Amino acid sequence: MAANAIHVLLEQAFPGGEVAVEDRTGGGDHFQVTVSSERFNGLSLIQQHKLVNAALAAPLADGTIHELRIRTKGTA
Amino acid sequence: MSTLQEQIKQVIDTEPVAVFIKGTPEAPACGNSMRALQALWQAGAPIAAIDVLPDPRIRQELTALSEWPTIPQVFVKGELIGGADITEELFASGELKTKIDEALGADHAQTVRTVELALGE
Repeated sequence: MAANAIHVLLEQAFPGGEVAVEDRTGGGDHFQVTVSSERFNGLSLIQQHKLVNAALAAPLADGTIHELRIRTKGTA
Repeated sequence: MSTLQEQIKQVIDTEPVAVFIKGTPEAPACGNSMRALQALWQAGAPIAAIDVLPDPRIRQELTALSEWPTIPQVFVKGELIGGADITEELFASGELKTKIDEALGADHAQTVRTVELALGE
């Protein structure tokens, strides 16, 4: 899966947010995603990461994402 | 014998700090599992590690319980605190040590052991 496809999923889930996706190994299955969104405001880290996991549920479930590193930030 | 899901739930509920990893603390099979273990160790946690690799059902049942898709998964006093990224982030900010000390009392032991699940049919 291309980093672009993940980028699109995250932009859909976090409209107006800042999204960065890095393919860590170049193999299309190890990703570092960084998302800054107002949806994270007031949430604990685990709640923030759960939103990211939910946005990427399909590629996580079918194994196209083998490894996912997440960094999140609110806008407040 | 209790079901696999019951065993997993029991480990989460009874171990002060439970971490589900790929491999063992002596030989982690994944860099992220190692990152979580290192953060917990540096925070002085009594670590109970469970290897998810011996049977794919362990991970399936765990994720069904925790609603968290990836490994590792760290639980403190029965509560999912997160995977490797959150555990490292909480360690760096000092919150991990605070959380563990608050949950277990400041005089808790620092230990590492492996918990084996009974894999029946």
